[in-house]
Amino acid sequence: MHKLYIGSAPHTHSKSSSRRMMMFVILALLPAALAGCMSYGTSAILVLAISVVSAVLAEMLSSLIIRRRVTIGDLSAVITGLILGMLLPPDFPLWKAALGSVIAIVCVKQLFGGIGKNFANPAGVAWISLLLLFHQEMTTWRIPETGDVTRVTPLISGGAPYWDLLLGNCAGYIGTGCATALILGAVFLCFMGLISPVTPAAFLGTVAALSFVGGYDVLSQLLSGSLLLAAFFMASDYTTTPFTSYGKLLFGICCGLLTFFIRHFGGYPEGAVFAVVIMNLFTPALNRLTVKQPFGSVKVKKVKKRKKAAEPAESSA
Amino acid sequence: MKRLNGIRLQKGKRAQNKQITVLPLPKLIRIPMLMHMGEPCSVCVEPDEYVYVGQVIGKPESEDAVPIHASVSGTVSVISEYTMPDGQKIPCVEIVPDGLQVIHPDCTPPTINTRQDLADAAKNSGCVGLGGSGDLTYRKFARTEKMHTLVLNGAECELYLTSDLRQMLENAEEIISGAAMIQKIMKIKEVLIGVQSNQPAAIQVLTEAAEKQKGITVCPLPAVYPQGEKKVLVYHTTGLVVPENQEPEDIGVLVLNVSTCAFLYRYSQTGIPLIDRVVTVDGNAVPKACNLQVPIGTPIIDVLSYASCELDLVKQIYSGGGMMGVSYPAFRASVIKPQNGLIAMKNIVKPKEPTDCIRCGKCLRACPMNLIPTELDRAYQQRNVRMLTNLHAGLCMNCGCCSYVCPANRPLSETIKQAKALLTNA
Repeated sequence: MHKLYIGSAPHTHSKSSSRRMMMFVILALLPAALAGCMSYGTSAILVLAISVVSAVLAEMLSSLIIRRRVTIGDLSAVITGLILGMLLPPDFPLWKAALGSVIAIVCVKQLFGGIGKNFANPAGVAWISLLLLFHQEMTTWRIPETGDVTRVTPLISGGAPYWDLLLGNCAGYIGTGCATALILGAVFLCFMGLISPVTPAAFLGTVAALSFVGGYDVLSQLLSGSLLLAAFFMASDYTTTPFTSYGKLLFGICCGLLTFFIRHFGGYPEGAVFAVVIMNLFTPALNRLTVKQPFGSVKVKKVKKRKKAAEPAESSA
Repeated sequence: MKRLNGIRLQKGKRAQNKQITVLPLPKLIRIPMLMHMGEPCSVCVEPDEYVYVGQVIGKPESEDAVPIHASVSGTVSVISEYTMPDGQKIPCVEIVPDGLQVIHPDCTPPTINTRQDLADAAKNSGCVGLGGSGDLTYRKFARTEKMHTLVLNGAECELYLTSDLRQMLENAEEIISGAAMIQKIMKIKEVLIGVQSNQPAAIQVLTEAAEKQKGITVCPLPAVYPQGEKKVLVYHTTGLVVPENQEPEDIGVLVLNVSTCAFLYRYSQTGIPLIDRVVTVDGNAVPKACNLQVPIGTPIIDVLSYASCELDLVKQIYSGGGMMGVSYPAFRASVIKPQNGLIAMKNIVKPKEPTDCIRCGKCLRACPMNLIPTELDRAYQQRNVRMLTNLHAGLCMNCGCCSYVCPANRPLSETIKQAKALLTNA
């Protein structure tokens, strides 16, 4: 008789894989990216392409240099590059976009241990770095229909017709203009069960409530700026946001609060990405705060760090 | 009451409409001396000795064992060695059946009046948990605590397995009579039978059979894996939480599998000990999935051949269901008492290379015990006993939900199993 294969239980696996999940996120991001490309033409396509390609290359080269398994196959670098590209103005210099991708992948992700170990959203941190480094270019936009260069977005001017915001006919970043496409992508992700609607709902709900109380135009506050992209695709990132339900809720509310305060009291017109990155740092604390008590667990005094004498028992086991 | 987490498995119970059929006697029976959780029995027959059906061939050496009986009448050919799936070597009695199935004269119905009688009867019948656990049933009756509830486990949440389901559909009267017997002797107030809500036929048959009896109710359970685990079952039927490091019996809830209950009733009527059981034969190497009544000790090759399995194509065989089954290292194995399924696969899906955790949190949303498998995994990689204790690694029951859902293909369930071993040795 021939030999049999011995495997450990379970002998079956669900269809889910990291690559599949990332693929769906890319699919969800595509409508908004395409809408941006249609509005702004070739220069937007080039910025997106450069940021994606340089993110993937940066991941591959850095993995090779630090002799880690090359993980570009899981497509997470593509998402980082795509989100960063979508947060850049259409006429942004290409080498600066590439620099942003390198900051995101090498400094934020790879140096902290690769996928799943980054402390904050790579695209978010890179975006903040670019804003600080190249303030002039990062705040120069173009009006899609006329092609006029402007330094005023609906957030600064105080609003725009809702239709223009929904369809992306306002000055803004490549991927944040068309609110309809972003909402479409987010609904798809929620429907596929890939992201929990808790964080975006809490995030947007808090901003809406505060805007209402503060006497601002609620709908234009929600639809303009990078709020939708940050709420749907950055605040729902797996690695850098809490994994418990209450943690997600708290995370969303705090992001909303921060966004509102930065928008109206801070020096920058744009607050959502700042808010997400700041809250990323609180993720471990939120997880610890909101973790569920295991079923039937007996509350015992937490085992404290034992004294040196007892240590060898741990290491030998 | 909040429902515990779990996962929805794909539909895969091909044998659920197949009636229990009796397997013809094989040419050789090999009975290993360890078929329960505990110590092996010692052989008490000689080669060339004639044995009857129900004759004791393995005597328990300690309290951690129950006797093992001959499942056929015939001649003992040799006392050989049997390799358990975990590599342990156990003595094994090989019997050549004569086909007459002469029953041993000692097999007479026991008189059961007190709790002690019930425990003795369960011990002498060689009864173990027939739902797959293999724990010693008599231990549960021999406990001194007052029991207030009897929970019968008919959940059978595993992939493929339908042996308990067929018992419920075909032997509902025996299950109910057994429950009534235990209820009377143990002075139990309430009997609850847990059946998954996706088996309405079984729920109906049991409800009709239970109408005549007082205090027996059928509880539909959510069709989510794992419902058959003791603590989950007790919570979903009675609402009671079994504390960590305790058994349901510690809080006065007696848990028995439906097949075990039906067997105990049959034993109380006939006195024939545990000599056969129902096994679900399935898997993609088995063209016709079926439920077979098999004498204990039948070589698995005979069972698979009867189900017209293409033995040459088989790559992997495991005992039990797809989520918790144990792989056989070789074809040379026998059907044992707690074995509820025999699954033969012709195309094995080798586990994919695990990648780094992306912290998606799927595992903790799947864990019925509210543990954090990914943190346990990390704590075990660091061999951090303190962290494993604080994360309550001991609560894990290895249901496999976390490994099943993990998108990074991490063998979480396996790692936590090793972590538990580390905790017990530390």
